[in-house]
Amino acid sequence: MTGHLPLESVDRGDAVIELRDVVKEYPGSPPVRALDGVSMRIDRGQLVAMVGPSGSGKSTMLNVMGALDRPSSGQVLVEGRDIATLGDAALSAVRGRAIGFVFQHFHLIDGQRALDNVADGLLYRGIGLAERRERAAVALDQVGLGHRGGHRPGALSGGERQRVAIARAIVGSPSIVLADEPTGNLDTATGQAVLALLEELNDQGSTIVVITHDLAISKRLPRCISLRDGAIVGDRMPESAGVGVGS
Amino acid sequence: MRFADVVRTGTLGIRGRPGRATLTALGIAIGIGAMVAVVGISASSRADLLADLDRLGTGLLKVSAGQTVFGKDSKLPTSAPGMIRRVGPVQAAGSTTGVDASVRRSDRMPESETGGISVLASEPQLRDVLDARMAHGRFLDAAVGRFPVVVLGSVAAERLGISSIEGSPAVWLGNRWFTVIGILEPIELAPDIDRSALIGYDEAESVFGTSRSASSIWVRAEETRASAVRSVLARTANPESPDQVTVSRPSDALAAKATADTALTSLMLGLGAVALVVGGIGVANVMVISVLERRSEIGLRRALGATRSHIRAQFVVEAAALASLGGVAGVALGAVVTAAYAAHQGWRVAVPASALAAGIAGALLLGAVAGLYPAARAARLAPADAVRPS
Repeated sequence: MTGHLPLESVDRGDAVIELRDVVKEYPGSPPVRALDGVSMRIDRGQLVAMVGPSGSGKSTMLNVMGALDRPSSGQVLVEGRDIATLGDAALSAVRGRAIGFVFQHFHLIDGQRALDNVADGLLYRGIGLAERRERAAVALDQVGLGHRGGHRPGALSGGERQRVAIARAIVGSPSIVLADEPTGNLDTATGQAVLALLEELNDQGSTIVVITHDLAISKRLPRCISLRDGAIVGDRMPESAGVGVGS
Repeated sequence: MRFADVVRTGTLGIRGRPGRATLTALGIAIGIGAMVAVVGISASSRADLLADLDRLGTGLLKVSAGQTVFGKDSKLPTSAPGMIRRVGPVQAAGSTTGVDASVRRSDRMPESETGGISVLASEPQLRDVLDARMAHGRFLDAAVGRFPVVVLGSVAAERLGISSIEGSPAVWLGNRWFTVIGILEPIELAPDIDRSALIGYDEAESVFGTSRSASSIWVRAEETRASAVRSVLARTANPESPDQVTVSRPSDALAAKATADTALTSLMLGLGAVALVVGGIGVANVMVISVLERRSEIGLRRALGATRSHIRAQFVVEAAALASLGGVAGVALGAVVTAAYAAHQGWRVAVPASALAAGIAGALLLGAVAGLYPAARAARLAPADAVRPS
């Protein structure tokens, strides 16, 4: 069965991430079941909001989808590969190549300038420093910060920092970008601008999942998956196929 | 990941917190500095001794009357100096004989206060044999040797409070006044001469009844053949009982000194090592704190694709770099201390290059070892836990 899975997923469309009956339990007494039999798939080119109140399992979803953690049972297929079967090195490689992360707290390294923070997105892929910086400059241009590459994160505004973090997430052209509350630390206007940037990147072909508790964001994005108590309670699909790509 | 990137990432933490890095490296610097200084100072001292040895030469030999089988002081035959002078490679020989008298500044001083100065009857040749220079005045010669005159060794002159021969100072020697006609410069290979008052054999014999038989004969031989000369001296000096003759080479004592004082050096090295270990523990401590503080950076790097080994390497390299920084500073510190101490002592500076290299390499190794535990902790962090601020 397992051997057919990659083929099967190709047959069923262009899935970037697919979860099959995923359960994630954290040890304790009684054990905490953060994900309770979740199945879903995210296709190439989609822009998806994943919403739910705190404790609904959003963070666990992020960890599992982002190959930061393995499921207790079930399958998590990233680009058709089941991450439960991978060792630390292979799992790290999946994170490095297939997934770009954007965090609420930016997670920029203060000691180095914006350009090098972006170039760090390619650090663990065996690419030389010169090429990393070249590609980082392109990514910074893409997020509209081409002129701020020489500044340290401390010298940038919140919105600029998050855009640097987004540039770092896309610099390696990952299969999917996972954004965890990307507007959570920003004021409304700046948050809107960051969201608009994500939409623009999606227009250019990036697959993006925005994890948020903000209903306004979830309403704005073409697809919205709602979580409650570790299970999917709603999945609003785009009205017409290819909304995320074309418009 | 490339090696250059491993180093770049590993030194990021140090560049980010230069103050903390400096303080941490200081511990290592003190340890390495102490060890390099100890090695450097002992090497400089040894180099100085060996240079002295080169300068003084190894051709000086000393023949002394030993003891008879019954434990009594034996005497060298009066013919001994002449016999020795007839040995081919011997360039000069001069004898001395102990005189049963004390020397004092004046007759008012109590007889017991000799100041450790011995009175010797000396042949005029002694000066050439010892290659001794006069600080003041002249040495004994055939002309003055039969008069109550005395030549003082450098220490003897100092103890008697006589610094020049101006005004013809006199000392109370035995039971009469002797005029000081000369003061010797210090003689490094013959410290017992430094502490002596030398008078002529004729005067010694007539005033104190001293025998003509030598108690010591100083011999200057060709350096390259000194060993051969040494082996025949006992038989030449006292053919009847060569086993009652002691032959020594004063330069051997210097050579021994050059290889000695290792005990103190080892002790100091040990103390340096203790300081170094304490410094290493300091590095480990700071690295543990650093790992705790940088959880989110570790999480980020894991999210960017870093494996556990990448994280481990980053922190080991950071600890090693931190310690190397201390190592370089310590080596510089040790070299400066050595140079200052050597300059103070008037030695030439000799810091072995191997000590410098070992200092830096040792610090690097120590840092890497100190970094192992914190690095293992960093690598163990689950990426999912590290990435979200708790």
